[in-house]
Amino acid sequence: MTEATGKLYYWMGFRAGLPFLLVVMPFGLLFGVVASEAGLTPVQVLAFSSVVFAGAAQFAALQLMVDNAPILIVVATALAVNLRMAMYSASLALWLGKAPLWQRALVGYVNVDQSYAVSINKFEDAPDLTTGQRIAYFFGAVSPVCPMWVVATALGVWLGDGIPEWMALDFAVPICFLAIIAPMMRTLAHMLAAVASIVFALLFAGLPYNLGLLIAAVIALVVGAQVELWFERRAAQ
Amino acid sequence: MTDGYIWIIIIVLGIGTYIIRFSFLGLIGGQDLPEWILRHLRYTAVAVLPGLVAPLVLWPAATQGEVDPARLCAALVTFGVGLVTRNVVAAILCGGMTLFGMIWALGAY
Repeated sequence: MTEATGKLYYWMGFRAGLPFLLVVMPFGLLFGVVASEAGLTPVQVLAFSSVVFAGAAQFAALQLMVDNAPILIVVATALAVNLRMAMYSASLALWLGKAPLWQRALVGYVNVDQSYAVSINKFEDAPDLTTGQRIAYFFGAVSPVCPMWVVATALGVWLGDGIPEWMALDFAVPICFLAIIAPMMRTLAHMLAAVASIVFALLFAGLPYNLGLLIAAVIALVVGAQVELWFERRAAQ
Repeated sequence: MTDGYIWIIIIVLGIGTYIIRFSFLGLIGGQDLPEWILRHLRYTAVAVLPGLVAPLVLWPAATQGEVDPARLCAALVTFGVGLVTRNVVAAILCGGMTLFGMIWALGAY
């Protein structure tokens, strides 16, 4: 890959990742506000966002920390929320597995919902890209979003509780996720997997340690794969 | 909450999260995976994210877990616009406008 095409794909990724600022900024801001109110020092809040680097898990951990839950429970719950990223990791490994180790190590650090969703869409739409082009695209997609996650957290710490309630910042998270999910409904198998995920996540919502979501996800995976198999077999007949 | 408690959680959670994210990228980089794994991996995102969002939409913390018409409508509009346009920004903007419009119309705050 020449340097020029690398740059081209970097900026294509950058443009694709840019819209997620609309989501990451309020989310990070909210974490800064909530964590400060919970009693964390500004240094601790910033360390939290830059070391853990996972919005949903950070909120889950914080919720339990406020209740003075044991360290083991806090960590296990937050890691359970993050377990989905093992699936992202496996999925990305298909496309980026031939990249050098140091690049994959960096990809691991910024392997988050948004960068995964944007990149995997691109990789599936354009399967002919080289590994180098994919890596450039991936880092392009994370560039606008990831540094701003920490910046937004800092802003939240600084603003404190000066943010009015009518802004309904809490709902930035679901809206973001929904906007990401909708374009993924490519086939009936994807839709049925999504439906299974919703139904079982709600059904198992009472299970401790976020286990409900994990179980729902595994069932939904199997539903998607089985529906795909069923269509393949029918087409073959 | 003591300082030690907070720092231990930040560090352990940071390391654990990184291990999860790097796992397959590090372990099996460069190897071809069997077809049945590929078939399941295609559905990872649609298997996890809808389940993550559903409780947040139906039982929002901001309303103490009560179903909230403004948030429910905003969620449906976001998903509907995203489905039709396949445009993330359009979906976010329409969902956001619905949320603020409904909150204002219902005088929720």
